[in-house]
Amino acid sequence: MTDYKMHLLICGGTGCKAAESDEIKKSLKNWIDELGLEDDVQVVFTGCFGFCEKGPIVKVMPDNTFYVNVKPDDAEEIVKEHLLKGRPVQRLLYTDPVSKKAISDSKGMNFYKKQLRIALRNCGFINPESIDEYISRDGYMALGKCLGELTPDETIKEIKDSGLRGRGGGGFPTGLKWEITRNVESDEKYVVCNADEGDPGAFMDRSILEGDPHSVIEAMAICGYCIGAENGLVYIRAEYPLAIERLKIALNQAREYGLLGEDILGTGFNFEIDIRLGAGAFVCGEETALIHSMEGLRGEPTFKPPFPSVSGYLGKPTNVNNVETFANIPVILNKGASWFSKIGTEKSKGTKVFALAGKINNVGLIEVPMGTTLREVIYDIGGGIKDGKGFKSVQTGGPSGGCLTKDFLDTPIDYDNLIKAGSMMGSGGMIVMDEDDCMVSIAKFYLEFTLEESCGKCSPCRIGNKRLHEILENITNGNGKEEDLERLKLLSNVIKDTSLCGLGQSSPNPVLSTILNFEDEYLAHVNEGKCPAGQCKALLKYEIIEDLCTGCTLCFRNCPVGAITGERRQPHYIDQSLCIKCGVCYEKCKFNAIRLS
Amino acid sequence: MPKIKLAENTVQQIKEVCAEFGNKEGELINVLHKVQNKLGYLPAEVQEVIARELKTSVAKVYGVVTFYSFFTMIPKGEFPISICMGTACYVRGAEQVLSEFKRQLKVEVGESTDDGKFSLNCLRCVGACGLAPVVMVGEKVFGRVAPTQVVNIIKEYREGCASENAKSA
Repeated sequence: MTDYKMHLLICGGTGCKAAESDEIKKSLKNWIDELGLEDDVQVVFTGCFGFCEKGPIVKVMPDNTFYVNVKPDDAEEIVKEHLLKGRPVQRLLYTDPVSKKAISDSKGMNFYKKQLRIALRNCGFINPESIDEYISRDGYMALGKCLGELTPDETIKEIKDSGLRGRGGGGFPTGLKWEITRNVESDEKYVVCNADEGDPGAFMDRSILEGDPHSVIEAMAICGYCIGAENGLVYIRAEYPLAIERLKIALNQAREYGLLGEDILGTGFNFEIDIRLGAGAFVCGEETALIHSMEGLRGEPTFKPPFPSVSGYLGKPTNVNNVETFANIPVILNKGASWFSKIGTEKSKGTKVFALAGKINNVGLIEVPMGTTLREVIYDIGGGIKDGKGFKSVQTGGPSGGCLTKDFLDTPIDYDNLIKAGSMMGSGGMIVMDEDDCMVSIAKFYLEFTLEESCGKCSPCRIGNKRLHEILENITNGNGKEEDLERLKLLSNVIKDTSLCGLGQSSPNPVLSTILNFEDEYLAHVNEGKCPAGQCKALLKYEIIEDLCTGCTLCFRNCPVGAITGERRQPHYIDQSLCIKCGVCYEKCKFNAIRLS
Repeated sequence: MPKIKLAENTVQQIKEVCAEFGNKEGELINVLHKVQNKLGYLPAEVQEVIARELKTSVAKVYGVVTFYSFFTMIPKGEFPISICMGTACYVRGAEQVLSEFKRQLKVEVGESTDDGKFSLNCLRCVGACGLAPVVMVGEKVFGRVAPTQVVNIIKEYREGCASENAKSA
C-alpha cells in the first residue's frame, strides 16, 4: 500500500460476489475515474470480512469506515460524499441492534469484539492477488527464518510446543504428525493440503484460500522443509472456482519471487506445489480417500494403519494437513510457541474458525479463542436468534457431529468438551436452530447426506445407514413405534464400531445426539403422532379457526386440490381426507385463521 | 455399450486433452474435468476414448465417473438450476423451494425438462450462507429465495430476457 491516500476494500469472497460486489467495484472505479481521483484512491478486492449477513461490505481505509449492505448505486454517494468531502455515508453504516446507534468502525461492533483473528489475520485486510501486500504483513518471514536459522527439528519442536492441533476435525497434534513423517525414511515425501471442505454449511477453508492463499503456500513450504519433502499438493474442491483461481495466481507469484521452486532463498531447499481438483465426494475429506482421489482413482478409503505418514500418495510418506492448520503455522513461528500456547484452553490451544449459519442474526465467518462459550458465540457475536424466536439447538461438526441443547450454552468450546457433550469440533460448521426445527427431521437430513456420500465399500455404512434412514422416515411419517428408538441406538452403535473409515464411524452421531438430547421430541412423534416443531407434514393437520375466518374465499380459491369448502362471508372448512398438506392456505390467509395442529 | 459414433473432431478434442496430461492414468480425474468442461457431459462413448488413450479399462473410467457427483453422463439443460441443500439453506427452507421447482417444472432432481431448457439439481453449499436459501441458475446466484419467487425465476429465463445475464455473470 504505497502512494495512495485512500483505499477502498471491497469484499471479494464468494458470498459477497454473489451479491454483486463485482458491480460495486466497477461502479466505484467509474466514479473515482470520473472525478479524477484515480491517483489518490485505490479500489481492491480483499478476502472475506466474515460479516456475510451484512454483505456486500466496503471498507474505507485509513479511517476504517465499514459500510454494510452496499449496492452498486451507492457508489456515487460513497465517492462524492466520503472520499471528496470526508463525510461518511450514515445510512450505509452498521446499526447496533440494541442501542440503535450507527457504528462506523468495525472494532466497535459486537460481531468483531470477541473475535481473535489468527488464521484469518489477513482476510479482509490485503489484496489476496498481491504477494507484496502479504509480504508487507510479515509474509514469508517465517519461511525465511526456518530456512536460515532453524533446523527442521527445531521448527518441529516449536510447532509441538505451541500445542497446535489439526483443524480439519480430528484434532491430532500437528507437530507430532510432522515428526512422524520426518522420521520415516524414504527417497520421496509429499506435503498435502486438504482443501476438500465437504461439510455442508461450512466455508472456512474456502475463505482462507480466497482471502490469504500465500499463508497456506508458505506453511506448506515450511512443512516440506521439516519433513524432507520437495513436492506439495493442494487437493481442492472443483466447486470453489474463485479459490482455485486465487491459489493459482499466488503460486505463480511465489515462483516469480523465488519463494517456490529450486534453491529457495539461496538455501538449496527445493519445493514445488501442484493443484489437484476434487470432484464432489464428501468422503474424500478422509485422508486415505483423498490420496486415492489424487491418484486418479475412486475416492474410497482404506484401512489405517498404514497411516499416510508412512505410506501415502504413490506409496510414499505423506503429511496431510487442513487449510486452517497450515494458515496458523507462519504466525506461530513468527510470534513463538509460547505466545500461541497462552491462547485457548489446557488441551486446545489457539483459535478456531467457525462458519456460523442457520437461524441466527449474524451469519458469517468468525474466529474465536478456544474456550469461548457457545453462548458468547451465538448471542454476542451471532447477535442471537433470527426473528426473536427461541434457541433450540446448535449443530457442530457437520454430518459427523451432533446437536447440542441450551444446557451446553455455557460449555467452553474445545476439542474435548465438544466430544464429551456428544458432538465434535469437526471442521468448524456451526448451524443454529430455533424452535421451528424438528430434530428428527434434522437427523434424517444428515443421514440423507451420508447415504448419498457413502462410498459403498463397507456394508455397515452402506446398508446400516440406509436402515437408519428408513426408521427415521417411518417416524416422521407417523408410523414409528417406541421400540424404534432402541433399534436406532443399537444399529447406530454397530455402524460406529464396525465401519471402515471416519465417515461411517461418525455418521450415526446426529441420530444418537438428537435421541440423547431431544428424546421427548422422538417420543411425541412415535407415541402421540405429533411433531412439536410442526415440521413433519404427515403429522400435521390444517384447521380453520371459525371465529377468525371472515369467509374471504382466498384459501378456497388457492387450494390446489379443492379440499376447502364454504360460502362467501361464512367460515370455511377443510376436508381432511382431501387435504395434501401443502400449506398454501396457511400462507395465503390474511387473518391467521388457519392453524396447524 | 456405445450407441452413437462420435464426430471425428470431438474424438480429436478428447485425445488432445489426454495428451495434455501426458496420457497418464493418474491424471484421469483432471482429464475428466477438462473433457466435461468442453463437452458438457461424459457419455459412455467419450469414456471409451479416454480409456483407450490412458491405456486403462472402460470399467475403471466408468467407476470414477459414477463415483464423483461432479461428473455427469446426462447433458444438462440450457439453464441448469441448482438448489443449495447445505445445512444452512436447509434450515432456512431450501426443501420447500426445491419442491416448488419440482412442481413448476414437473421434473425430479437430476432430470431435464422436455424442451431441454432447464435441468434441476441439488448441490452442497455454495458458501453463500448469508444469503440462504440459495438457488443458482447457471453461474448466477439468487439469494434469500422464497417458494413464491420460484415461478418468477423460471419465467425470467423462459422468456429469454435473462439469458445474457446468466452467461456473463
